Amino acid sequence: MDWKGRDVISIRDFSKEDIEFVLGVAERLEKELKEKGSLDYARGKILATLFFEPSTRTRLSFESAMHRLGGSVIGFSSTLGTSVMKGENLADTIRTVEQYSDVIVIRHPMEGAARLAAELAEIPVINAGDGSNQHPTQTLLDLYTIRRTFGKIDGLKIGLLGDLKYGRTVHSLAEALAFYDVELYLISPELLRMPKHIVEELRERGVKVHETTNLEGTIPELDVLYVTRIQKERFPDEEEYLKVKGSYQVNCELLKNAREGMKVMHPLPRVDEIHPEVDKSEHALYFRQVFSGIPVRMALLGLTLGVL
Amino acid sequence: MSELKVEVIPDGTVIDHIPVGKWLKVVEILGLTNPNGGTLLIASNVPSKKLGRKDIVKVEGRYLSEEEVNKIALVAPSATVNIVKDYKIVEKFKVAIPDEIVGILKCPNPNCVSNHEYTKPRFRVESREPLKLRCHYCERTIEWDEILGNL
Ligand SMILES: [Zn+2]
Repeated sequence: MDWKGRDVISIRDFSKEDIEFVLGVAERLEKELKEKGSLDYARGKILATLFFEPSTRTRLSFESAMHRLGGSVIGFSSTLGTSVMKGENLADTIRTVEQYSDVIVIRHPMEGAARLAAELAEIPVINAGDGSNQHPTQTLLDLYTIRRTFGKIDGLKIGLLGDLKYGRTVHSLAEALAFYDVELYLISPELLRMPKHIVEELRERGVKVHETTNLEGTIPELDVLYVTRIQKERFPDEEEYLKVKGSYQVNCELLKNAREGMKVMHPLPRVDEIHPEVDKSEHALYFRQVFSGIPVRMALLGLTLGVL
Repeated sequence: MSELKVEVIPDGTVIDHIPVGKWLKVVEILGLTNPNGGTLLIASNVPSKKLGRKDIVKVEGRYLSEEEVNKIALVAPSATVNIVKDYKIVEKFKVAIPDEIVGILKCPNPNCVSNHEYTKPRFRVESREPLKLRCHYCERTIEWDEILGNL
């Protein structure tokens, strides 16, 4: 696979070999970064971050990754005051910005916007979230976190908790995990179950899938508990949201029954799904997970720029 | 007998065995409503051994490519196509759904970029039976009833 110039749009475009390759490069960069503090593979290269809707964490993570690689960053984080506000279409924005930069990271409220941007731009485009569709770098950093913590992904029992119906993160994570020999526990309120077609696809691909509403009973089985927020804005009507709001909370009491070494993950930001007392426990992995964004995004930027 | 009701064309394409009432969709999908789309002969509600009743569309003086014709498989999977030259059928085939469907079907996802920016909607065929397509842009899958509603 030639990575130079490649776009990173959807985890569905990735083979297992692609995933393993990126994770391997990220691991190498993490070690180098630890030794040297910063690297200069991307010296002279410019990243444009086009955030058509705000997502401060994701933007900062990409910008930090580019700086750590020795490159520089331009961009906007809201369309307020830009020509986009004046009605400029996405195509013109992309064709303009590619004259100023070597790689584009795009976050856009419409599904498919990153795919379209990639078709328009000659330079590589990385999707940092397109509406409720894809956020492939999040999935890669989740896998990276698991692999760095356990030394492997195969053989693990992984629980996905929360909004499995509307949650973009858990859909792509589950799809990517299907490449591995894992057992998945899908834990959610009845109303927020994982869509049937995804569960069927997972089973077809040989994943052992358990669906349950019982978090407490499932905890002792797990190596990883991946918690997601129940997001009000994803619900078609408020009543449905109120029924499931605050269904689960992960706290130290609950984790008493967890295996030693069991890790709790969360894409963040959290609201009240994980009690702050868990932060200090050996189970908390979510801040380490945030850090994983740096080497993984460094790897993707460096590979698509062709400098690694 | 029924064939005699429809004028025979010397050269062109005959699309036969279209389900009754679907001739207009076929004409639209093939872009035959354009002024230079060729002379059209349409027969609707014609008795048919295979379908009971059927529609027939004849396009005079124009040969439609297999790819062009295959788009109509979405509305008329039973259709057969005859290419006529000099009053003789020189080629005959059944329509088949292509691997990719570009430009004729709108994505039903209102938040899909293809409904907002200047670009042709594009779908990949995920399965033929039952028919399931996946939008190239928003990656949402759509099934038969939704497909018909968005043609
Ligand atoms: Zn779409």
